[in-house]
Amino acid sequence: MSTSISKEQSGDGQPAVHTPAAFIAFAWTLVGVPLAYGLYQTVKTASSLFTG
Amino acid sequence: MALPGFLQRERIVARPGFNRWLIPPAALAVHLCIGQAYATSVYKAALVEDFGTSQTAIGIVFSIAIVMLGLSAALFGTWVDRNGPRAAMFTSACFWVSGFVVGGIGIQTGQLWLLYLGYGVIGGIGLGIGYISPVSTLIKWFPDRPGLATGMAIMGFGGGALVASPLSRQLMSWYDPAYDPATPGSVPSGAAVAALFFTFAAVYLVFMMFGAFIVRVPAEGWRPAGWDPASVKRKSLVTSESVSAANAVKTPQFWLLWVVLFCNVTAGIGILEQAAPMIQDFFRTGDTSTVAATAAAGFVGVLSLFNMAGRFVWSSTSDYIGRKPIYMVYLGVGLVLYVLLATVGSSATWLFVILAAVILSFYGGGFATIPAYLRDLFGTYQVGAIHGRLLTAWSAAGVAGPLIVNSVLDTQGEPGSLVAANYRPALFIMVGLLAVGFVANLLVRPVASKWHEPRHDDATTSPTPARSAVR
Repeated sequence: MSTSISKEQSGDGQPAVHTPAAFIAFAWTLVGVPLAYGLYQTVKTASSLFTG
Repeated sequence: MALPGFLQRERIVARPGFNRWLIPPAALAVHLCIGQAYATSVYKAALVEDFGTSQTAIGIVFSIAIVMLGLSAALFGTWVDRNGPRAAMFTSACFWVSGFVVGGIGIQTGQLWLLYLGYGVIGGIGLGIGYISPVSTLIKWFPDRPGLATGMAIMGFGGGALVASPLSRQLMSWYDPAYDPATPGSVPSGAAVAALFFTFAAVYLVFMMFGAFIVRVPAEGWRPAGWDPASVKRKSLVTSESVSAANAVKTPQFWLLWVVLFCNVTAGIGILEQAAPMIQDFFRTGDTSTVAATAAAGFVGVLSLFNMAGRFVWSSTSDYIGRKPIYMVYLGVGLVLYVLLATVGSSATWLFVILAAVILSFYGGGFATIPAYLRDLFGTYQVGAIHGRLLTAWSAAGVAGPLIVNSVLDTQGEPGSLVAANYRPALFIMVGLLAVGFVANLLVRPVASKWHEPRHDDATTSPTPARSAVR
């Protein structure tokens, strides 16, 4: 988000931004955690094919 | 109608230095939510009991949603391309969430038509707009790896069902203490399903709005550091020209890809539709199957994992080997695997599982690779709108696939008494479909220059045509 991104001036005169690594990590975590939960649950279900 | 300022495309043009790796999670935030559409079976029995109606009457809700997905993607594709991903994701979130609210009210008040209208029609519109919303943006941010980029997002759609299924069971067991997901035959109350719908509405609203507000479009002429567009142009079938959505549907290439997608999806649905009973029937002796019901449920889980993984792995692979060759694999190797499944699939459980799993990975790969194939043939100009129109093939396959399998099985005997041989006619129909798709893919050639948009004289580095500059 623009408010959380520090700004500086780029070579071509346009204001440049630096996207904080922490914000990128936060965004990936937000989508990664539910996906990991879904994967874990599905692997647990799938394992019954080999044990059931 | 003018959009509010914060939704306008001009407001989300990224400044120099913006990190493009913020775009895939934005896309995933939307696709993980709308992927819930494939988890409707979790509460199907509860709705049948609550409304006191048939399986078909409830199953129609999902069918309406998928048909609306194809129609809305086709109708609103150009609007999505013109107004950008934030407006599209925002609109999709409004429709998808409203769909849950209206559907939930329908369940709460016992009005089935409200469920059709809410989840089916309103939610279905959200599905279609949401599905295509990040696609062209991802392709523009990752011109060096379009297959990887769209694979990530469309993998999220597959992942959405993996998240929603166990989460639904958990939430419904909280809302209805009498419901135990671990007990076979236990069914949650209608009130629990309604509460689940309202919960999903709230959670999905937050997630999808997060995606809408972090998404950005690249500035005109932006390219990844160190990437040379000429390296893409050298590959056969890849154009640096632009074709509008209106013109794309007039080309044979569009309809060949429509056939390719239709055949690939229909063949995949052929297995997905019947997965659990199919594995039990393939290993049935008399009245009993050597595959228990719990193991059959595990088989469905294995297929879901391969379906999702195929979206990412195969689509990323297409960046290296090319789109046409990867579809030759999906359709050609898929055809051989289908023949093996029909002929020797019943000889061993492990062989059956491997064959079906690889076929399902091709099914997922076919979905995820198609946007990059469209980019190669038609350019990035209106690839979202073209993709939207192509998704009508998915809607058609969603009707044709189950129809083929169910109508063939109906002629073979009663459920619970079928064996492997009874599936062969349906499987060989799928083999024929894959052969048709394989030929259609072989016939794909570069788009004729008469369909290309006029370009700026100085636009040697940007494929965006003159028309887009004034939109």
